[in-house]
Amino acid sequence: MAWDVIEKTAGTRRASNMPDYEAARRQFTWTEARRMLDGLPGGRGLNIAHEAVDRHAAGPLAGKLALRWLGRNGTVRDFTYDELRRQTSRFAGVLTRLGVQPGDVVASLCARIPELYIAALGTLKCGAVFSPLFSAFGPEPIHTRLEKAQARVLVTTASLYRRKVSDIRARLPHLEHVIVVPGEAADAPAGTHNLRQLLDAADDRFVIPATQPESLALLHFTSGTTGQPKGAMHVHEAVVAHHGTTRTALDLRPDDRFWCTADPGWVTGTSYGIVGPLTVGATGIVDEADFDAERWYRILQQERVTVWYTAPTAIRMLMKAGVDLARRFPAPDLRFIASVGEPLNPEAVVWGVEAFGLPFHDNWWQTETGGIMIANFASMDVRPGSMGRPLPGVDIAVVRRTGDDTVDVVTDPGTVGELAIVPGWPSMFRGYLRDEARYRRSFAGGYYLTGDLVRMDPNGYCWFVGRDNDVIKSSGHLIGPFEVESALMEHPAVAEATVIGKPDPMAYEIVKAFVALKPGHEASETLRLELIGFARTRLGAAVAPKEIDVLPGLPKTRSGKIMRRLLKARELGLPEGDLSTLEPEPAAGTSTSGGTS
Amino acid sequence: MTDQDLLALVRQSLAKVAPETATMEIAADAPLREEYDLDSMDFLNFIIGLHKATGVEIPEIDYPKLGTIAGAVAYLAERRGQT
Repeated sequence: MAWDVIEKTAGTRRASNMPDYEAARRQFTWTEARRMLDGLPGGRGLNIAHEAVDRHAAGPLAGKLALRWLGRNGTVRDFTYDELRRQTSRFAGVLTRLGVQPGDVVASLCARIPELYIAALGTLKCGAVFSPLFSAFGPEPIHTRLEKAQARVLVTTASLYRRKVSDIRARLPHLEHVIVVPGEAADAPAGTHNLRQLLDAADDRFVIPATQPESLALLHFTSGTTGQPKGAMHVHEAVVAHHGTTRTALDLRPDDRFWCTADPGWVTGTSYGIVGPLTVGATGIVDEADFDAERWYRILQQERVTVWYTAPTAIRMLMKAGVDLARRFPAPDLRFIASVGEPLNPEAVVWGVEAFGLPFHDNWWQTETGGIMIANFASMDVRPGSMGRPLPGVDIAVVRRTGDDTVDVVTDPGTVGELAIVPGWPSMFRGYLRDEARYRRSFAGGYYLTGDLVRMDPNGYCWFVGRDNDVIKSSGHLIGPFEVESALMEHPAVAEATVIGKPDPMAYEIVKAFVALKPGHEASETLRLELIGFARTRLGAAVAPKEIDVLPGLPKTRSGKIMRRLLKARELGLPEGDLSTLEPEPAAGTSTSGGTS
Repeated sequence: MTDQDLLALVRQSLAKVAPETATMEIAADAPLREEYDLDSMDFLNFIIGLHKATGVEIPEIDYPKLGTIAGAVAYLAERRGQT
């Protein structure tokens, strides 16, 4: 069905940071955007942590609330800009004393605790590269990323260390220091440093060393269809985009109370959960707890959140809980709500109006872009289901690849092609770590190719159509099939394995695996559950398959490649397309299927 | 249904979502989501499993009460007592 356009009033437009989108697009330059930042004193360059923290701590915002942390059990910890400056300076001092050099990788594996934010900004202060890992990863994804990053330091908690790191540490020769946030027992496991003790012993003054805008700052892992995860490298210059896009796409101002629900283990939680709101001088809310509908409504109300940036899976779970629950917790301060992670369905956009009197503003970007590229803006009418229009300073095209380095630009409105962006925005990734060839393959014909298929309507709004590859989007996270398949193949009963994204009404897609067994193993419900548990133990909940089907054999092309797309077509009940390259399948034998949903 | 039966049923529902927990000792008051690595989807599926096994309607607002083994058993016992 067609959804009505949600029109904005003249008053809403005028009150926004960017009242006139067309004019802003014409006038915008990144050079101007850079001028809104200070740079390091004495012309010593540009450092994200200075723009986010120290420059505010040195001025009228010093006593202002920078971060309010809400603990799972009701604890509240507040950090003013000055307190955040002192804590992050201490952490930068700790790293320096441990011998960390500019360019060294400092990784984190933490739930949303204050120390994670201190570690991130402190790492940037001392010139090292911050690489956040998601705490719901299991030991194998953690190992893969730490090894690839050659991380020298890991910041984690005592509990996560014991459960997920201690067993893989011997396989991480580059990892010299593990710094742990102690648990209730206030102890640090053997072979680790106690963060509390290190911070207490450190000076709360730290002079940020000269930082080139092109120095590496952030390393975010993301996944492709094939091979191991890719480490997308970002530089300090990215802060120009973090700051600018937080103002234009999220309409954030210094007097806002901003809640980004994303975990800093993923790029959204770093760019907009840490850096963006602080550079603007706003107050950021951080909730340690996992999603819970009533808790979330209470936070919106009690913390008087004004701007809220969340994800489709969470919005759909709130919808499931019903609009009545939302109305029991009126949040009159809320003025702008946005979503990212996977395309937001039009029902959810419109539900925002019902529940909060505001439509959700979907936006689009990815790990490689470092910041929001396409958005529904506060001043712009919302076409429910659309990702919006490109930001000022971001030039996009819809293209078709025609050769290794050539593309055709699709000019007919409504025609599907791959979303492409003209390079040059400050938060563009500068490479995949130790994988130059893969980086080069991301560009063709003068564009960065995103791998997302879109169409553009005659009004210039972009609409997501699908991925151009087999990467799975689940609960706002990208999951690469290879990583999951490799883990399943380690099980003694598994002969072959393949993984697809199965559409899901809540999570957009869930990871679903198909396996064929080695001779001598029988398919059974017991084995199916064992495989799920096996995968969960290695990969963690964020990556492990939610469903596994055991099949007599997996369909393959004549060259022996498993036909993931055929399995997906079958799963969806779609026509199977051209099967001429398909090998005959083994005779149907015992098969068991089913899942947890 | 005794509390013992309900306990077995809660453990079964958990083991369908996180099969590796089937053979683990789980403290009655351990927070399941954090300690046993359930993401939002897993937790939702755990609740759906409890609903299917008992017929008890579990509104979203009550989900936090089912965050531990003891909490889930007590909740189901109480709700079954009401019907």
